[in-house]
Amino acid sequence: MVEGIIFDIKRYAVHDGPGIRTTVFLQGCPLKCWWCHNPEGLRDWPNETFVKQSYAKSIGRVSVETIIQEIEKDLLFYEESGGGVTFSGGEPLVQHEFLRQSLAECKRRGIHTALDTTGYAPADIVQSIANAVDLFLYDLKLMDGELHEKYTGVSNSLIHENVKMLTANGNAMIVRVPLIPRITDTDDNLERLAEFVRELNGVNTIHFLPYHQTASQKYRRLQIENKMTDIHPPSEDEVNAVKNRFEKQGFLVKIGG
Amino acid sequence: MAARETAPERKEELREMARICERVPAHAPQTFWEALQYYWFVHVGVITELNPWDSFNPGRLDQHLYPFYRKDLEEGRLTEERARELLQAFWIKFNNHPAPPKVGVTAEESGTYTDFALINLGGVQADGSDGVNELTFLMLDVIEEMRLLQPSSMLQVSKKNPDRFIKRALKIIKTGFGQPSIFNTDAIVQELVRQGKRVEDARCGGASGCVESGAFGKEAYILTGYFNIPKIVELTLNNGFDPHTNKQLGLQTGDPCDFHSFDEFFTAFETQLRYFIDIKIQGNNLIDRLYAKYMPAPFLSLLIDDCIANGKDYHAGGARYNTSYIQGVGLGSVTDALTSIQYNVYDKKILTMPQLQELLRANFSHDREYRRRFLNETPKYGNDDDYADAVMRRIFEAYYNAVDGRPNVRGGCHRINLLPTTVHVYFGRVTGALPDGRLAREPLSEGISPVQGADRNGPTSVIKSAAKIDHIRTGGTLLNQKFTPQLLADDDGIAKLTHLIRTYFRLDGHHIQFNCVTAETLREAQKSPEKYRDLIVRVAGYSDYFVDLGEELQNEIIRRTEHAEF
Repeated sequence: MVEGIIFDIKRYAVHDGPGIRTTVFLQGCPLKCWWCHNPEGLRDWPNETFVKQSYAKSIGRVSVETIIQEIEKDLLFYEESGGGVTFSGGEPLVQHEFLRQSLAECKRRGIHTALDTTGYAPADIVQSIANAVDLFLYDLKLMDGELHEKYTGVSNSLIHENVKMLTANGNAMIVRVPLIPRITDTDDNLERLAEFVRELNGVNTIHFLPYHQTASQKYRRLQIENKMTDIHPPSEDEVNAVKNRFEKQGFLVKIGG
Repeated sequence: MAARETAPERKEELREMARICERVPAHAPQTFWEALQYYWFVHVGVITELNPWDSFNPGRLDQHLYPFYRKDLEEGRLTEERARELLQAFWIKFNNHPAPPKVGVTAEESGTYTDFALINLGGVQADGSDGVNELTFLMLDVIEEMRLLQPSSMLQVSKKNPDRFIKRALKIIKTGFGQPSIFNTDAIVQELVRQGKRVEDARCGGASGCVESGAFGKEAYILTGYFNIPKIVELTLNNGFDPHTNKQLGLQTGDPCDFHSFDEFFTAFETQLRYFIDIKIQGNNLIDRLYAKYMPAPFLSLLIDDCIANGKDYHAGGARYNTSYIQGVGLGSVTDALTSIQYNVYDKKILTMPQLQELLRANFSHDREYRRRFLNETPKYGNDDDYADAVMRRIFEAYYNAVDGRPNVRGGCHRINLLPTTVHVYFGRVTGALPDGRLAREPLSEGISPVQGADRNGPTSVIKSAAKIDHIRTGGTLLNQKFTPQLLADDDGIAKLTHLIRTYFRLDGHHIQFNCVTAETLREAQKSPEKYRDLIVRVAGYSDYFVDLGEELQNEIIRRTEHAEF
């Protein structure tokens, strides 16, 4: 079996999909979002600064078998709560072979699977894992192509094509939008976002994730440039305004995952 | 008073009070109000007689009062509002009644002045059916409104009870005063039945005091004392000699430097453990005889079933069931200490036994490296790690086998439970450095909770570890979990915590208590992060360990928590 590289496992994850979940964070990401709150997931392993000093955590290079053992530990909690496992990152599709095998093993065991993804991967790779994903947590950030490229480092066209393909095929999905003042939280972006999501087959739920500064220390420790120094978290009023705006249009909206 | 009173409503109220006090407890109560007054007279009688039993409680209050409540409502004698007010007055009566002052070691062991009356709500009825009723919810309202430390309150949660019941309680818990605590009825029933009780008696029982299981009204179950299990490790490491008192307290089980395997070490530990349990049981039997002879409790004996039929006093074995509990303390600490010996000395050979002994004698002064390894790179109980948890099970079996089934002089048996009240702090003060990296004189772990800060994998792994104890063979265990109120901010958070509780109970867990931490605790965590590594806070759309956050963010969460507090 292939090995994967993971930089964290979080049990009792309660904001990454329905029920009580275990979230597995896979290393590596093709995007370079200015606001990224897991910058440790961007770099190549090993990154000693972020190897947590904990005996019991299986992080670093792991086999599918090891990760499945970790996931299975909380099986009863998933059953009780309608939860399961969420693969996140980084961008989990970067390690698609490890991801595909891990998802398949989860499905074999009847564990609900969610994929927290940027959607930025070749269509055939996305399609190859889609059947084993019960729920996509699909990030949409900026609708304008140029701005998307400016703030994330990549074009949004592949992301948009993949989301259309997945929803057309009937894959269950929640759209997640990082709410960044002056960047994603603009009239123009939100209007185009609403239009875009309305056209997607079967998508009615949007989670807005308000920007927070928890990662600033990580940037310092990793010595990665933090481009967000003059951007502050949105106020409660600003967050509620966005919530109301989308609820009026008939979306189910949640703040936070 | 009624004669002097001019306000007609109050005059009538005083007359009614006088009438009720004339009637009960000599006669059976007919109304809700009479039933409350009846119980209160009984309570005062019991605790006045000899103060033999703090932790006396009204049993299954919501079930007992329910028929009176229904009847009074139907016959127009009572409104919901009036019932609420009477219950509030009842709560105040408990609150006005202080426990006797404690001094010396007793004060250290149980450093609180509450009387440990624990109101049981919900659970099942004698026939095994769902015991939650309207009055259960009314009492939860009263608990929330009154916010009194005494009487304390708890939920008996059976698989037959609705989630709505747990969710209502979690809304109180999130306000941060540590009540109500949550118990597994289905486990309590199994525990009591295993001890040989009739199933109906078990279903009508519950937990009193902290977490102790008993058949209410039919059992004399006595907490006979706390047992410092980690201290046994210290004594074993020193061949029975106690460095704290400079005395040979234990048996000479051999110099551990001569042991070739962890099994040998564990055998010595178990021998010491049994030796001290034997002393404890001899002492218990002596005390029981003294009570039986010199401290009869005739009033209490009227109330507890079978004392009259047996023609024997409550203290002399008159009750239907007669249990003596010995409360084991420091399960997390002793597990981590023995795990560290097995892992670092025998398995990985990181250091030798003489080196370990030297480190502990010196309380880790001049050392940084080994203590860091012990704290951070050694398996710990509370992480769903089978290495450490297997050691925990072995300790549990040793403790259980040393105590369970040993006869007392009241015709019953000794049983174990695992709860500390506040004695883990005092026991810590008389216990030297331990191989898990704990410094001398620091508190031990409490209940069956992991060592403070040792659990790093979140609440599901704590629950998985704790559930590896066979709770059914205890008479109660105590598990504490810390949360900030934000984790329970919305219905989704409450629903997930409900699932967490249900899963623990599906695994036969006995009790869990959620302490919603205060801003003060968070400030303390900022100062001493090593003691609060397990503290989880909700940050924004996600949760994280408080001590992993930057200082600015910590400050923000402190401000938010202050805001959420009452």
